[in-house]
Formats: sequence, structure tokens, C-alpha cells
Amino acid sequence: MQIPDELRYTKDHEWIRIENGRGTVGITDFAQDALGDVVFVELPAVGTALTPGQAFGVVESNKTVSDLFAPVAGEVVEVNEVLRTQPELVNQDPYGAGWMIRLAVAGSDGDAELLDAARYRAHVEQA
Amino acid sequence: MSAYTPHTPDDVAAMLEVIGAPSLDALVAHVPEALRERARIDLAPGLTEPDLRHAMDGLAEKNTRIPESAVFLGAGAYAHVAPTVVSHVMLRSEFATAYTPYQPEVSQGTLQAIFEFQTFAALLLGLDVANASMYDGASAAAEAVLMARRLAPGRGEVLISRAVHPHYRETIATYVQGLPDVVLREVPIGPDGRTDGAALAGLLGPRTLCVVVGYPNVLGVVEDLTGIATVAHGVGALAVSATPEPLALAQLRSPGGCGIDIAVAEGQGFGLPVAYGGPGVGLFATRDAHVRAMPGRIVGETVDARGRRGYVLTLATREQHIRRERATSNICTNQGLCALAVTVYLSMLGRDGLRRLAEANYQRAHAVAARLEAAGASLLVASPFFNEFVVRAPAVVRAWEATSERERLVPGFPIGRWLPEYADGLLVCVTEVQADAAVDRLVEVIAGAPDRARASGGR
Amino acid sequence: MLLSEPLIFERGSRGRRGWSASSASDATVAPLPPELGREDDLAGLPEVSELEVLRHFVRLSQWNYSAATTMYPLGSCTMKYNPVVNEEVARLPGFAGLHPLMPEGAAQGAMALIWQLEQALRAVCGLDAVSLQPAAGAQGELTGMLIVRAYHADHGGPRKRVLIPSSAHGTNPASSALCGYDVVEVPAGPRGLLEARAVEKVMNDGVAALMVTNPNTLGLFEEELQAVAELVHARGGLVYMDGANMNALMGVAKAGDMGVDVMQFNLHKTFSTPHGGGGPGAGPVAVREVLAPYLPVPRVVRRGDRFAWEASAPKSVGRVRSFYGNFGILVRALAYILRVGGPGLEEVTRLAILNANYLRARLTPVYHLAFDTPAMHECVLSDKHLAPHDVHTLDVAKRLLDYGFYAPTIYFPLVVKGALMIEPTETESKETLDGFAEAMLAIAREAEDDPARVREAPHDTWFGRLDETRAARRPVLRWRPTTQTCGEAEEN
Repeated sequence: MQIPDELRYTKDHEWIRIENGRGTVGITDFAQDALGDVVFVELPAVGTALTPGQAFGVVESNKTVSDLFAPVAGEVVEVNEVLRTQPELVNQDPYGAGWMIRLAVAGSDGDAELLDAARYRAHVEQA
Repeated sequence: MSAYTPHTPDDVAAMLEVIGAPSLDALVAHVPEALRERARIDLAPGLTEPDLRHAMDGLAEKNTRIPESAVFLGAGAYAHVAPTVVSHVMLRSEFATAYTPYQPEVSQGTLQAIFEFQTFAALLLGLDVANASMYDGASAAAEAVLMARRLAPGRGEVLISRAVHPHYRETIATYVQGLPDVVLREVPIGPDGRTDGAALAGLLGPRTLCVVVGYPNVLGVVEDLTGIATVAHGVGALAVSATPEPLALAQLRSPGGCGIDIAVAEGQGFGLPVAYGGPGVGLFATRDAHVRAMPGRIVGETVDARGRRGYVLTLATREQHIRRERATSNICTNQGLCALAVTVYLSMLGRDGLRRLAEANYQRAHAVAARLEAAGASLLVASPFFNEFVVRAPAVVRAWEATSERERLVPGFPIGRWLPEYADGLLVCVTEVQADAAVDRLVEVIAGAPDRARASGGR
Repeated sequence: MLLSEPLIFERGSRGRRGWSASSASDATVAPLPPELGREDDLAGLPEVSELEVLRHFVRLSQWNYSAATTMYPLGSCTMKYNPVVNEEVARLPGFAGLHPLMPEGAAQGAMALIWQLEQALRAVCGLDAVSLQPAAGAQGELTGMLIVRAYHADHGGPRKRVLIPSSAHGTNPASSALCGYDVVEVPAGPRGLLEARAVEKVMNDGVAALMVTNPNTLGLFEEELQAVAELVHARGGLVYMDGANMNALMGVAKAGDMGVDVMQFNLHKTFSTPHGGGGPGAGPVAVREVLAPYLPVPRVVRRGDRFAWEASAPKSVGRVRSFYGNFGILVRALAYILRVGGPGLEEVTRLAILNANYLRARLTPVYHLAFDTPAMHECVLSDKHLAPHDVHTLDVAKRLLDYGFYAPTIYFPLVVKGALMIEPTETESKETLDGFAEAMLAIAREAEDDPARVREAPHDTWFGRLDETRAARRPVLRWRPTTQTCGEAEEN
């Protein structure tokens, strides 16, 4: 179970990497394993404004559908178009090529809700 | 022991012993007594099979006073000759008694047949992708509107031509009544029997979600579908067509070819009996880009563990068993066996057979219309039609039931019952089914005199 | 002996034809203006002979398991015997060849049949009025919920929410959403049942209805339903019952006595009409008198010994489809009811419950029983005891195919992890049930001794496990003339 130290996590199994006011978001290794083979990812339009906890998309496996929730507030500046034709990247490389959206991060007010790697690991292990 | 249960008293005793219950009653003892005492079903004891057949024969016989070969009714249900192979295949128990193909390894017969059905629907409607069927053309039209709403959230005005079959219009109205953002607006019919283009232009705007048109429409008229799709797209709206007579698709420009975004049709005319209105089957097709918004089951191609090509239900995450209240539709059981019948029918007729049959219908209906006009009856509108048209026949309309009863022939449907502005109109449908002698009598009945001017060489 | 068979589009040859219909008449008529005519000459449609068509579909049919080949214990699907006499009856020319718009005088037999079936369904459920128009259970549910909505609009104003147990079939919330309702899930109690106490917490004046299935999807009789219904009624709400599990209620309890206001039947379940590989079915709706004005139009009325269609019903929710319903299915259902009879229907339920309890007794404790509450016509087990061997419900389902049985419903209801929902129905004999039980027990043993064999099943079917992921990731949803196929198309 990979849980990179430099990332932050939500209880709903999204991760976020914040660099220079930009947050890259995806789902964790735990999530992709629980979902099984990802067959489709529905992502928002560039320009969409999100609040913390707001659903921004959907990830589908053969038998399940899961909402994706914004870890922090921000505006969508980029989406990973490659997932449209290669949704399996979410399974193969959830923290790298399987990234989903990039946000222009609004402020730091959502950060208190984010878990660091240790707390996320604890959260996952008790599930 | 009731008709179809195999249990002997010994079976029951042995099973109760394994369960550890003293009696059958004990198995329902936990149901409140007050309910059980009132649960007696007050119906007669079961009939033997011969008595059942006798009873059903009695009911069926009452419906045969007018022979099918003398019925000139269309108006949403179309009598065509089905090759015997169709019924023969539908009777195969492996198809008829199979369930929804959730275990694909042992359902490849059903799955491949549906894949073929989807292909036929897409080909005939001239679009990229089709689903595994909807209940009928009317509910398919309603689902098309719901799909348009998913594709264009924020828009809510649905412009429906008054010339769409009223059952389709009413079904759409029923389906959207619980959705406060959807408003239905009727587009009037012009003097030529087509949707009024000027009125449509006046109603189109940035709030328009979609335009819905019959193709052919309820008067039998062929609409300018390309024109309508173009103006709809001009305001960013979607264009939806609904085809109650599927054979028309073999003669007319395909809806997809006219620019339609979502096309539906009633498939009953392709090999299913008219059967007092059902079961039929709804064909539903759209463009590739919209597939995830499409309702209904979909079968897709794949491979099995041994590398063999096979088929599975796919894109199931749109559906009710997964998305529940966020599903694209609530549809579960659809019209599987009817879709199979359509598939067999279209396979049998094939490219040439279908073309010929459509041409034969077109020609025969036009020949009859010409004979009626020559005999002094006039058509209500002068627009192109396929195998259905409206003739002015006020005397017949006024005494429709009595005339049909007396002549043992149904000369068409009094369209004024649906569209009062055509109170004198008789909607006449001519397919390959009606007998020549019946056609002769039809002309007499409508034109009110022995037919003087038969078209030369008429069959 | 099973044989390969390609797509029908891959068979045949240019110019070949199966059917010579009437040829076009000699009369000259004005052709269609070219811009209105078909643009592609129907390219892509097959050109095959009649024998090729017959062989094609016969071969396809042989790849199917069906209720006619083996037991199909799908929970809540009621895969009972589909009497073949009903097929003959439905094909009588007086039924099959009758156009829906015939003058009423020429359709009295059809109208009488519709009326008779409505009365029979009333007798079964104890409600007051029936519409046979909906084409399937889900459409019946939609109709029923639209009726609920119309009722509230008329009585005190629209309401926003519907209460639905977490074990409900997915069509329940989907149908409610289509009516504009928000869904509030009600969790079941520890015995798997709906509890009045839980409903009381969420019941208020904003709730339009409670949707309930009885027995529920765990196969358990909702013992507190009457109390729950009273609660809902006290706050002005209605009770909708999903009648999918009617096979467990006939002669045991009537919907009308349990506080149900509106319900739908599934004729392709309890009333034996064939499943057809996914329909057609029929989903008649039955209501209490106070809701009758909202039923779909038109309705059959009886005036003396004549029947007529009554289209005027100002409060009706409208039509849900064209014409009158899946008439051919209605014919089959009435034939079944007449053949089995009132006392026979009661026996159907008694034996359906016997069969399900018998399997439950034979399969537990080897298989984990989800709830220890008395079962009705179906039972829900799970794969919990097989988990230590890393064998799961899906594997059991696939391995059962090797034993010649169709699998039960799997992974539903969602409230039981790894659910196996088993409904044998009353038409299965003790020997068949024993064969099924022995297969299931053998698989449980295999899970211990040879788990890989179970996990890689099926082995003995013509087709192996199919790659559903690939189908969803790379959708190929139709044949195209230039399509690359993913496997070989073997030809015999």
C-alpha cells in the first residue's frame, strides 16, 4: 500500500500535491485497489470552481461508481485528458500518470481537513 | 398439487424433516395470523389444459370478425408479414426462457443477438451506437428527451411537433411531469401536414433543449428532417426523431443522415405481430460522443479467457442497479425477446428484401391514394408520404364503427379523434398485407361508388 | 455439440436473400424526391439465405443456459416454469393479429381479457383498481410513484422525499428520482427487517411515500409493515409496495391488508411469462380506490356485457407508453392464472417457501447465512466462510456453471457483502434442489482443497470468463464493415 510522504490526503481517499499555488489531485493506491479495474473517469470542465468536499467527478469500475471530492477550494485549470482513453493509468500509476485534475488553489483554509501520510495510513488501516 | 408443481406428499414430508418444521403452515407462522386468515384468493380452481385452451379460444374468436387482410390501420402499429423463421426462433426455449445475460459465459446466444440488434438499429437509424432496446417507440421518445436533458443541463424547453404521434407526446409529458425544469411546448402543423417551420423558428431559442419530430409523422407525412435538425442546431438544441413505422427507414433518408442527434423508432413492424398494441420494442440510437448518457442496457464486444470473441453487458455504471437514483434511466427488464425477433426478421429480409418491401409498400400506398383521388376522394395534404396518408371522408368518419362492421373492413383510422382539426380525415395505411379485393372495396367504401378508374396494371 | 458462429453480418454473399416479399407493383407512382430518400442503399445489412439465418440463430441459442435447460435460482427474479401452452394461446390469430385501433365491437375478446386479468390481480392483492399499461416492473414503479406525486399535488401539496430501505432494488430509487423526489435511505434493523422505530425517525410531513418490498430482498417478511404503514399514513404519506416478491405472498398476506396503497406486479416473475433474455415483461399497477383516478389512461370499463375504453380521466397521470400495454404478455399471464387457479396460486406460494427453506437448511452452515430470520421464497447467503481460502461469490457463481446450474443473483442486495440470493421457485423438484445443494457443497469443499479451480472457473462451458474490463475501457458496441474483431471468428 503506497502512501507517499510528501502528499496530503482526504478521508475519501483523494491525494493532493500542492506546489506554487497549484494542487494536483488524484485517488490513492488504496482507492484504486478497492475499486478494481477503472474503466472510466468523468472529469469537470476547466474553469469549474470547487469548494472543499464538493464532488468534481466520478470514477467508474466495472461494478461500482464513486464520486470524487475536492480536497481543497480552487478552480480547475487542467484535467488529465489522457484518462479519457487510458483509464487504466489510475490503477497502474495512481500518484503519477493517473493524476486527475489540477487546481489553482484558493487559500489555505481547507488544509486543516487534509491528512498527512501517517494519519491517512492510520485511517486506511482501521477501515 | 397445482398445475406446474412437482411435489408429492412424500417430497413435502422429506423436505420438512430436513428443515425441521412440522408443516407447511409452520413456515409462515411468523406472518401475523390476522393477515393469513384474510389472504384467501377468491378465484376459481384451475382449469385443465384443454379447458384453458377452450376458454382462450372463446376470447380470441371474438376478435376475428374482421379479417386482417381487410384492415387498413396504421397509426402507430403496422401489420407486415413476418417470415415463419421469426416465430420459430422466438419459440426456442433457450432464447425465450433465458434471463438477462448477467452470467455472460452461458448467455452468449442472447448477447450476440443483442449485439446484432444494436447494429441493425444503428444502421437503420443512421447513427453510431444503439442500445439493447426500450419498451416501445413512445417510451423511447420520452427517454430521448431525458437523455437530452442530461446532455444539456440548464436548458429546459422541449419543442414537440403536434404531428408527433399523440401516444408518444403523451408519454413524454408523463415522463417529464416530475421534473420542474422541463417545459413542453407544442409546435403547430402547417397546411402541408408538416411541422410549421415558421412557428418552429419563432419558438427556438437559447432555452430550447430539443426538438422532437415524427418521421413519418402521425399524418403519414415525411417531414423535412434535415431542415429541422439544422435550425435546432442553430440555437444549440438537440434534434430528436421518432419513427413509428420502422419500414419507412428503408425508404427514407436516415435520421442520422439528416443530422438527428437521438433517433428512436418502434420496432414492432419488423416481425412482431400487432397483438393489440404490444409487446413491441423501442429502438434507440445516438452519436458515439453521447453514449454515456444513453439509457438502457448495452452489449459490447470483448474476448474470453481462451481468446475467443464474445459479448458482455457493458457500461453498466449508467444503470439503476449501480447508480440507483442517479441512473440514466430506471429501466431493467426491457424487450429482449422482441429485439431478437427484429434481429431475425431483418436478417431474413436483408438488404435487398427490406428495400423491396419498402418500395412495395410505398408503391402500393401511392397507387391506392391515386385511385382514391381518381374516384373523387381528396387527400388532406399534398406532402410526400411513405405508406400512410389522410383522405377526406366525412361520411365514413361519422359512421366509422358501423361502416367497419357492415363492410367487415376497416377503412382507416378517423384521425380527428386525435387531432380534431382534421375531423373529416381518415388515416389510411396500406402495406403488403391487405388483399387486392379489400383494396377494391376500400376505394368503393371511401369514394362512395363503385370504383371506375383503377390504375392500369394495378395488382 | 456446440459450434462457433460469427455475426450475421459476417455471413452471406452479395445478392443473397432469405425472403422474397411481394415485389413492387407495376403501377407507376411518383417517386420520392431524392433528397428525402435513403442515402446509403442499406449497405451493411446482411445478405443471407433462410437456412443460414436459421442455423445462425439455432447455434446461438445453444450457447445459452435457460430456465428450460436448468435451474435458474436468481433471487427476486422468480424463474419458474414458463408454460408452453401460453405461447400457443398468445399466438392465436384473434390475439396476435388484432390491431389496437380496431373498432371496439371487433375487439371485445381482447378487452374482456384485459378486464379479467385486472380482476384476477385484484383478487390476489386485495387492492381496488388495476392498470395493465406499464411494460415492465420498473415502468410500473414509475407509474406508481407518479400516482403518489399526483395524489399529493391534489391533497395538501407536493412533498419532496421518499423513504426507501437500503436493501431495495435499484429501480426503486431510480424511479423515485425520475419523479423529482429526493431519496432518504432507511437502514434495516439487526434482523434484516424494516423497523417502525427507524421509520419514525425519518417520517414527517415532507415524505410523500415509503417504498417497501415484501418480502424484502433478503427474503424476509416485513413483520412490522402494518405498524410502519400506520406511521406513514398518520403523517399523510402513502405506502408503495414493490411486488417483485409476490411469489411469497399468495394466500399468505394481501397487500391491501398490510397498509399498502399502491404496488406493481411483475408478470414475468410470479405470473410465469417468459424472461426472454431480458423482456418483454409487464408491470401492472394496483391501487387503493382513493388513488384510482390517477391511474394511466385509457382504462377498460364494463357496461353490461360490453367492454369499452374510457379515455377521459382528468386526474390521470397520463400514458406511460403507446396503446394498452404488453398485451401478448397479458394473455400469457391470464392463461397461467386460469390454469393454476385460486387455490393453486396459494399452493404456489407454499411450495416456493418450502423450496427456499429446504435449500437454506441444506446449504447452511457451510455457507454463511446473512440473517437468521425466517426465510420466505428466497434466502440470502454470503461467501464469508470461503474468504479464508480467497474464494469469493463471483467464483462460486462461475463454478456453478460447470455443474450445469445457472448462478443465483450475486452481490445483491448491497447490504450483504458477497451476497448470494437464491430463489428456487415452486416448479423445481426435490431432486433438482438436491443436485443444486450438492453442487454448492462440492464447491465449498473445492474452495478448501483446490481453490484455484474455483477461482478460475468456469472450465467446462463453451465460453470462458469474459473480460468485462476490456469491454468497458474499449467499447465496441456494434459491428462495422471495417471493424477489427478482437478474437478469431472461427468458422465451421
